[in-house]
Amino acid sequence: MMLDGLYQEIILDHYKNPHGRGLRDPFDGEAHHVNPTCGDEITVRVTSDLSEISYDGLGCSISQASASVLHELLQGKDTATASEIHQAFVDLMQSRGQAEPDEEVLGDGIAFAGVAKFPARVKCALLPWMAFKDAAVRAGVDVGMSPEVKA
Amino acid sequence: MSFDVEQVRKDFPIFEREVNGHPLVYLDSANTSQKPVQVLDVMRAHQERYNGNVSRSVHTLGTESTEAYEGARARIATFIGAASPDEVVFTKNSTEALNLVAHSAGQHLRIGPGDEIVISEMEHHSNIVPWQLLCERTGATLRWFGITDEGRLDESSLDSLITPRTKIVSLVHMSNVLGTINDFSRISARTREVGALLVLDCSQSVPHLPIDVRSLGADLIAFTGHKMLGPTGIGVLWGRFDLLAQLPPFLGGGSMIETVTMTGTTYAAPPARFEAGTPPITEAIGLGAAVDYLTGLGMEAIHRHEQEITAYALDALTSVPDVRIFGPASPAGRGGTVSFGVDGVHPHDVGQVLDALGVEVRVGHHCARPVCSRFGVPAMTRASFYLYTTTDEIDALARGLDQVRKVFG
Repeated sequence: MMLDGLYQEIILDHYKNPHGRGLRDPFDGEAHHVNPTCGDEITVRVTSDLSEISYDGLGCSISQASASVLHELLQGKDTATASEIHQAFVDLMQSRGQAEPDEEVLGDGIAFAGVAKFPARVKCALLPWMAFKDAAVRAGVDVGMSPEVKA
Repeated sequence: MSFDVEQVRKDFPIFEREVNGHPLVYLDSANTSQKPVQVLDVMRAHQERYNGNVSRSVHTLGTESTEAYEGARARIATFIGAASPDEVVFTKNSTEALNLVAHSAGQHLRIGPGDEIVISEMEHHSNIVPWQLLCERTGATLRWFGITDEGRLDESSLDSLITPRTKIVSLVHMSNVLGTINDFSRISARTREVGALLVLDCSQSVPHLPIDVRSLGADLIAFTGHKMLGPTGIGVLWGRFDLLAQLPPFLGGGSMIETVTMTGTTYAAPPARFEAGTPPITEAIGLGAAVDYLTGLGMEAIHRHEQEITAYALDALTSVPDVRIFGPASPAGRGGTVSFGVDGVHPHDVGQVLDALGVEVRVGHHCARPVCSRFGVPAMTRASFYLYTTTDEIDALARGLDQVRKVFG
């Protein structure tokens, strides 16, 4: 079934057993994003040194698993590395399924390569990453340019 | 003669296609309906052979176009029991019709601070936001009916909600989420008693139920073409003629005028007053053809078929473990739109798995976020039926939900 590309085991694992879920104090920046077409919501908090990234949200398996992967990949990284990973994930999601993801950079994030083939779901995967970026800005951390969400 | 759904389906070319390797199971007609070849042919023939602008040309094509456009208006008027075709105003869709009313009736009634507009928690965003905007512009207050646990309008505080301060009451006839068909007998009487206008959003009812505006008790109703076998881009505002005649224009431009000078303008009588600019001519003619198609089958027969399908679907969904239905649990007083949740699985994921099986449902908040909030969920999955829906398709939905539970179990 073509769904296998979308619902990879890694994604379902992160959905059922999310890493780092729950909002924690203290934090330096917080952002709340919603997907107005489906009502998915996420709140992300970060400290200015990215040593703590916490989140909570309501949404589909893709958006919630994506938040879990984000936490795993970005927490504790320096700004330059976080920016690089952030950009790599956004590029992957906007590749329409054409990009070959680098596991060295994206870790479990490579499981989202299949999501990029489902334009309606790209926004779900990017929701936590956009919220993270805004929260980081509010914490005084710039993780790079703002991508265009084309889905 | 009984309703022959297989014969009906042959008129809809889209049912010949597959989706993701499966026969198309289209359960999203509350979103937009599919179109029969009779509608598509009429629109194509118009563009190919009769195209001219309406109401402004002396030439043959212009005259034929005008006749076709006005003929569509007349058939739509008959379809809803309007007193005359002049009570039928063409708009872009229901949303535009409701915005027209919020502007023109708002101005006519000189809505201001102290006045109240009453809507309900069951409304589509198109019957919420125009009234919020009107209240912002004028300082009026927006109030609303709640929803009962069974998914019906909560009329328990009717007399304190609709009062002499109320100027406009605007409610949905059939909920696009819960499927509830509202009975307006008490609300209509109370609205009359306080001298307010009753506006009904009939987007989901006109396509599915026999509608007679004379017995609805409303002053104005809105509906849209694409949910009733017609094309997108065409909708209708019906209003009592004496009321329409008092309303000021909404949009200004060509066609809606009587005389224009550099210092001022007088306006045409309804419906032209509310149809500024070149209208969606082909789309109006397509909607006329859709009305002919529906009339040919008979709205009573269509409604009976949908009631049978709805009863079958409610049974089928009730027997799937972990499925919770939002809205009336029996077919009485409801239409063929059923929203539900699958425990532990987000509607997006439900919809995605179903799509992989060719089953097209809508997921999300259905442009009625307050309804989702009322039932404590961020989103719902919705299956909606029409004259071409079969019990086999409901079975495919139920099988698909088993697959959903397997993937996320």
